[in-house]
Amino acid sequence: MSGFDWIVPVILTVITAATPLVFAGIGELVTEKSGVLNLGVEGMMLVGAVSGFITALVTGNYFLAVCAAAFAGAVMAFLFGVLTLSLMANQVATGLALTLFGVGLSALMGQEFVGDHVSALDKLSIAGLSDLPILGTILFAQEAMVYLSFAMVAIVSWFLYKTKAGLVLRAVGDSHDAAHSIGYPVIAIRYLAVMFGGAMAVIGGAYLSLAYTPMWAEYMTAGRGWIALALIVFATWKPGLVLVGAYMFGGITILQLHAQAAGLNVPSQVLSMLPYLATIIVLVLISKDESRIRKHAPACIGKIFHPAA
Amino acid sequence: MTRKQLSGLVGAIALAGGLLMGGTASAEDKIGFIYVGPIGDHGWTYRHELGRQAIQNEFGDKVKTTYVESVKESSSEPVIRQMAADGYKLIFTTSFGFMNPTLKVAKQFPDVKFEHATGYKRADNVSTYSSRFYEGRYVVGKIAGKMTKSNVIGYIGSFPIPEVVRGINAMTLAARSVNPDVTVKVAWVNTWYDPGKEGDAAKALIDQGADIILQHTDSPAPLQVAENRGVWAVGQASDMSKFAPKAQLTAIIDNWDGYYVARTKAVLDGSWKSEDTWGGLKSGMVELAPYNEAIPADVVALAEETRKGIEDGSILPFTGPFNKQDGSVGAKKGEALDDGVLLGLNWYVEGVEGQLPK
Repeated sequence: MSGFDWIVPVILTVITAATPLVFAGIGELVTEKSGVLNLGVEGMMLVGAVSGFITALVTGNYFLAVCAAAFAGAVMAFLFGVLTLSLMANQVATGLALTLFGVGLSALMGQEFVGDHVSALDKLSIAGLSDLPILGTILFAQEAMVYLSFAMVAIVSWFLYKTKAGLVLRAVGDSHDAAHSIGYPVIAIRYLAVMFGGAMAVIGGAYLSLAYTPMWAEYMTAGRGWIALALIVFATWKPGLVLVGAYMFGGITILQLHAQAAGLNVPSQVLSMLPYLATIIVLVLISKDESRIRKHAPACIGKIFHPAA
Repeated sequence: MTRKQLSGLVGAIALAGGLLMGGTASAEDKIGFIYVGPIGDHGWTYRHELGRQAIQNEFGDKVKTTYVESVKESSSEPVIRQMAADGYKLIFTTSFGFMNPTLKVAKQFPDVKFEHATGYKRADNVSTYSSRFYEGRYVVGKIAGKMTKSNVIGYIGSFPIPEVVRGINAMTLAARSVNPDVTVKVAWVNTWYDPGKEGDAAKALIDQGADIILQHTDSPAPLQVAENRGVWAVGQASDMSKFAPKAQLTAIIDNWDGYYVARTKAVLDGSWKSEDTWGGLKSGMVELAPYNEAIPADVVALAEETRKGIEDGSILPFTGPFNKQDGSVGAKKGEALDDGVLLGLNWYVEGVEGQLPK
């Protein structure tokens, strides 16, 4: 290969690597903005991957598959809500339990479907545009879910910062007592935010089993749920930066694989830990610089809301 | 909470569950397995799980087998210790990274027998066993050398340990013996199991010109990528042809059943001794999946000839003359690397591109 031919395949692979992270990240962002920390992303993604896969296999309908996955995720997140919001269980412990539960449940659900595979999700094809060299294949020939991931970032960003409902959600996340005292239904809002987060996480999971590697394999998320969680801290709770971060984290992995395949000498171990390293650095920065970065972090995150009598 | 801690937690909870189930059966001898991946990985761990089932089928009510899956190597020690403390007679730890934890726990439980896969440290109550996967890779290399059109073979590596390097070198030597123009590109993914990342590595290698993909990782994702991209691939640990009916040339299959049954029998009749077993094609520990029908007859014949040669000892894969990657002599003409060198192999042979990570 010569010149810049290699760039297009690299970008295409980066898009597939980043898309699940965008979905999971943007969903969890909304959850966290409402003041709830749900560490069950990994487990929900797995359940999404398996339920999307099974639905696609049985019905052959990918739209239905994504809907089924979203529904499964919302149900799981609802369960999380019942435990942490209504029964006031510790969010960290419950989230971890949700991940463990998801790992097991997805393995159980997928047992019968091990070794089956579905054809990969169709990519967009617009006459004329999709065939354009370079830009055509990058911009106009992706799966519908890729466009959806960008749309969700835009929608969430608009919702949080341009609508009253978004303002209320952020208020609930920043001070649930204040929001409660002026009459907002804190628990109900958090339920909705948690369920939205669950639905997004599993759509990310479904992208894995329908488009990324169209098959079901146990624990196929391999830690992407945790990367999504790290991503939010990295993005300092800003939707746009979640997108940037997802593409950066995805891009690092892909670039280093290409660099290796091209025979360049790169320390692959170091690059593998980079997402986590970047997150720790951002965490340190946040802790130091309260005024600038911290204002986007929800103040009530992880705190249990006891409605004052 | 990191993935490691989480997986440890998963392991601990799974173990607690397993031990509860096993708790009532005191008359049976308990045999435990620690797996690095999920049993549904279609690959490495799955084959060990079949070995466990072979034990259960062979000895029926006399033994009780239990496994803990997806145990991270770095947090395996408490899981192994808990099994040992719970009166297990024989414990198989089935990943290279379980080596030091296994040795550590074995010291504390001298009456428990341990079997550690692919390691090199032994003790009075710790045996090691591994299979000469590289023999399979040598056969595959002959096929790959004949089948490649681009003369670039892509190889997905897990971790740069001798076991993996042996496979890369054996394949490269065989491929270049039938096609001197072959070069091998390696992509290290630093994991045994991550379908997404393994698939990405396959894509990267194909984008860099590889038309045959080999892997030393455990998921079938690279084969699926190969199938979609219309290039060849070789299955790892299990027959993965259902993921890539057109693309899979063959697969290198691990078969632990015979070894596991024999070692269990030795524990039951008291004849167990600490040993090192390194079986290959001849002992049946390494098998090849049926060849792809698209492989020309003369190439199949060459592969079979190579396989038989390795089985009867007339072919030793690491026989010179060949050079190391840096151009120095790897082995002189007629000289074959001995097991000691092979076990510590930490250099590439000529024909492999890129630098071996240290």
